[in-house]
Amino acid sequence: MSNPTTKATREFLKPPVTEVGVIGWLRSNLFNNWYNSLLTVIVMLLFWQLIPPAFSWAFVNSVWNTSAEVCRETDGACWSVIPQNINFIFFGFFPEDQQWRPGLAMVLLIALVVYSKNRNHWKKSLGIYWLINLVVMASLMYGGIFGLPVVETDQWSGLPLTFMLALFGIVAAYPIGVILALGRQSKMPAIKTLCVVYIEMIRGVPLISLLFMSSVMFPLFLPDGVTLDKVLRAQAAIILFSAAYVAEVVRGGLQAMSRGQFEAADSLGLNYNQSMRLIILPQALKIVIPPTVGVLLSVFKDTSLVVIIALYDVLKTTKVTLSNPKWTSYSTEAYIFLAVLYFICCYAMSSYSRKLEKELHTGH
Amino acid sequence: MKLSRLTVMVTILSLLAAGIAFAGKDLDAVKKKGFIQAGVNGNVFGFGMPDNKGVWKGLDVDTARAVAVAIFGDASKVKFTPLTAQQRFTALQSGEIDLLTRNATRTLSRETKLGLNFVTVNYYDGQGFMVPKKLGVKSAKDLSGATICVLPGTTTEQNAADFFRTNKMDWTPVVIESTSELAQTFFAGRCDVLTSDASQLAGTRAIAPNPKDYVVLPEIISKEPLAPAVRHGDDQWRDIVDFAVLAMINAEEMGITSQNVDKMLKSKDPMVQRFLGVIEGNGKALGLDEKWAYNIIKQVGNYGEIFERNVGVNTTLGIERGLNALWTNGGLMYSPPFK
Amino acid sequence: MQSEPSITPDAGLQPSAAPFWRDPAKRAIVFQVAALLLVASVCYYLFTNTQANLERQSIATGFGFLETEAGFEIGEAMVDYSAADSYADALLVGALNTIKVSFIGVILTVILGTFIGIARLSSNWLVARLAAGYIEVMQNIPVLLQLFFWYAIFYETFPSPRQALNPFNGVFLCNRGLIFAVPEAHAAHTAMGWVLLIALVAGWGLNRWGRRRQALTGQIFPIIRVTLALCLGLPLLTWLFYGAPTAMNVPELQSFNFKGGITISPEFSALLLGLVFYTAAFVAEIVRAGIQSVSRGQIEAAMSVGLRPGQVLHLVIFPQALRVIIPPLTSQLLNLTKNSSLAIAIGYADFVAVTNTTINQTGQAIEGVALIMLVYLSFSLSTSLFMNIYNKKMVLVER
Repeated sequence: MSNPTTKATREFLKPPVTEVGVIGWLRSNLFNNWYNSLLTVIVMLLFWQLIPPAFSWAFVNSVWNTSAEVCRETDGACWSVIPQNINFIFFGFFPEDQQWRPGLAMVLLIALVVYSKNRNHWKKSLGIYWLINLVVMASLMYGGIFGLPVVETDQWSGLPLTFMLALFGIVAAYPIGVILALGRQSKMPAIKTLCVVYIEMIRGVPLISLLFMSSVMFPLFLPDGVTLDKVLRAQAAIILFSAAYVAEVVRGGLQAMSRGQFEAADSLGLNYNQSMRLIILPQALKIVIPPTVGVLLSVFKDTSLVVIIALYDVLKTTKVTLSNPKWTSYSTEAYIFLAVLYFICCYAMSSYSRKLEKELHTGH
Repeated sequence: MKLSRLTVMVTILSLLAAGIAFAGKDLDAVKKKGFIQAGVNGNVFGFGMPDNKGVWKGLDVDTARAVAVAIFGDASKVKFTPLTAQQRFTALQSGEIDLLTRNATRTLSRETKLGLNFVTVNYYDGQGFMVPKKLGVKSAKDLSGATICVLPGTTTEQNAADFFRTNKMDWTPVVIESTSELAQTFFAGRCDVLTSDASQLAGTRAIAPNPKDYVVLPEIISKEPLAPAVRHGDDQWRDIVDFAVLAMINAEEMGITSQNVDKMLKSKDPMVQRFLGVIEGNGKALGLDEKWAYNIIKQVGNYGEIFERNVGVNTTLGIERGLNALWTNGGLMYSPPFK
Repeated sequence: MQSEPSITPDAGLQPSAAPFWRDPAKRAIVFQVAALLLVASVCYYLFTNTQANLERQSIATGFGFLETEAGFEIGEAMVDYSAADSYADALLVGALNTIKVSFIGVILTVILGTFIGIARLSSNWLVARLAAGYIEVMQNIPVLLQLFFWYAIFYETFPSPRQALNPFNGVFLCNRGLIFAVPEAHAAHTAMGWVLLIALVAGWGLNRWGRRRQALTGQIFPIIRVTLALCLGLPLLTWLFYGAPTAMNVPELQSFNFKGGITISPEFSALLLGLVFYTAAFVAEIVRAGIQSVSRGQIEAAMSVGLRPGQVLHLVIFPQALRVIIPPLTSQLLNLTKNSSLAIAIGYADFVAVTNTTINQTGQAIEGVALIMLVYLSFSLSTSLFMNIYNKKMVLVER
């Protein structure tokens, strides 16, 4: 280093090829020490073993939109099971000539969800858009206006049902969850006990037991001759279930609030309602937006359980399609399709939740 | 803000109100709401399953349609609720459905402990075993030590247990909730034997990758009279359901089909005239339109027709009439006189 | 404090003038009584309705059915069970099966989750990306769908018993499950079990002693190695003492199935794998967050005082990371237990599946669903109780 010429040459010498570019990246990221090199080699071997056959099964030897008879002749995947039955898988019992309606309703929903992702759009008007959209979607699905024939709720099935169960599951659970969370923080012992018992009980049992309850017990709870639609009962079970989880998320937000906020609200002379509505909840609920998206995500995944109580969500319509003798053997393909479908929806939600978390985090 | 909150409340309440249905006695309730809510299986090909257009198909489905025709003169005045084995009886008890046509076996305990009334059997079944041919099994008595696929919570599960206990043989059950998945596991070789009602075995064999590789063993280990059911408490409703099924059997006995029913109206036979309501009386006695039986045959068909259409030899299931043939052909289907 | 406004200033000035609805304390009481009354009346309403419905329909009620003969077989049971036993026995078998799959699942999930969580932070780009991809895919597909998937793989890909794979002597792999030889029952095994228990207790005692000594003198006692040696060595000695019995119960192919040995059924394996792979993705994220929560300075400080990498992990990172990890981990492990109720979809005889059959046969849905809730609630509450105790202990370490 003491030699002045080294300094001069150093300016002209490029870093060795083994440190930059592709090779450098490989060295520092894949082969930086002996066990990492070993791991890399093992993983590569695994890929080499698995990917080519999987690829040729899925893409090379596969058929895409053929009859079941052609499928029997092929070695690869029979993706035909999806396009050949797509109407039933997506829309279930919805009359076939009317299926553009749930289709359009879902497009509207997705468009609004995409619009809502931008935080600049979070204004009062957004709530009104949602309200309008819900009404439009409901009337699209139900019909009876603008000359659309009426389609009863028991014919709503497939993907719209999955979305509906998840969406209302979280929308209706949210206020209940907030009330439960406030109740749990309350100083009134009876209220607190009720809320704690409710939250812990619901969180302690699997969703499937609530669904069983809604499907086989609840009818007996009502007076004779009064019945509640099966879908609505399952919806109620999902709402009651997710409310307990929302409550815990909101409680996290309330506990994260500094004591100063409560004291400041008190010192302004605000009563309980005012201080909660104007000071505490707006802040606490903002903190918990990302985990709430997380609850929505798990509610969305959990709606698949209604298959066990014979509700025709998208998993059930797929399974019914698979009970048809012609298509029984192609369950793998159908399940992969569903997995991709769920993945797209859930991944969008989870990555959005993470993005939001980052954005909101820097605000503090 | 205030307005929108009100709107939300109203929306929720009206949604709830739309879902709640009030009803009185079963028949009045059915007439008042204008359709029958029927519980069906939803999974069993040939008995109750939607096709890929979402249209319900099957023997049980057609039976429910016949009841709808009897009351409303219109086969479309019935809505179907798919039910699991677990839900089917509570759904009926609570009045969520008016009629259960979900291949349910009539048993003493179900009539008494569950408060149900079963009516005339619309399919006589019996439990059997199916095995791959290559196992070389000739009789159910050779099945000691076998792994057996069985549907849960049905009489099937108990019958199998009883059979193996009586014959002092070991077995391992593999119990899977859905019929189609059960069939798939069986074909894949997860179990040596599939046990189910013979009708379903035939259906399962038909969908096998290679049906010739499987044989149904000769033993039938149980009696499974599958019948529609209603709940206790409304005898008139029960009679209507009962005679709707019987009308289809009677029509077959008399040789009346959906094709020739119009011609039969001109028949000189007083039995036929009474049956089709040319001579009035039957309809009034049941509290129905005099044309009720005519309508059933015209719109749904006689028993032979719905059998052949849904499960018969020319369908994927390819089931012979067997016990379900008319008594005149050596079967059990027998109708009391319509007078 | 936050739940009610502090006493209004004028309360002190004119105590008698304030009407009772202005007095927060009294208002609170009225409010609570009203809430309780509301809940009670709703419960009463539902109860009377149910009572009336059951009576009118003459539906059987009560838990009397538990004593009657179940009449159905269960595929895998940890205790002796046959169709001649009662419903109570059947339900017990189901509950034990639930415990079995949850217990093994929890252990495997923690191991796999930790492994993937660490892999996620690996300096090997390929491994880190692979772990990240795993987490994304597993987290975003419903567990029920995954279970269907795994089960299909098990019964579709493995051969029939007659063509069973036989990788090692006495081990068979086929679509009836994994079947392997176990030592023939012998008095030595019971003794070995007791000795192992003693060794574990001794290890626990040593651990406490070692920690105290470390706190006093700073010397580290090689606790893991000694305990491991005890746990392996003592049972081995016992085995030799009993004359080293080596008779094995080897599975043999009979007309249909393997007889003898132990069978791990495809249903159990599919459920276990499905639950473990799904939950491990969540656990991995928790572990990653826990490790990242330990500040870089801590690690550098530990290295600068000359600790070896293993020691850094064991003495510095884990104790701190665990505090962040334990609470969310508990809820994930509880989720696994609750998700095990999905066994019903793939034919594993867990508690829900057995109860389902019971409901179908007896028609007593209310009792059945109540039992399901009761059992899961007791699982959940006892687990959270245990975890809370552990958590308190961990938090107390903070100085």
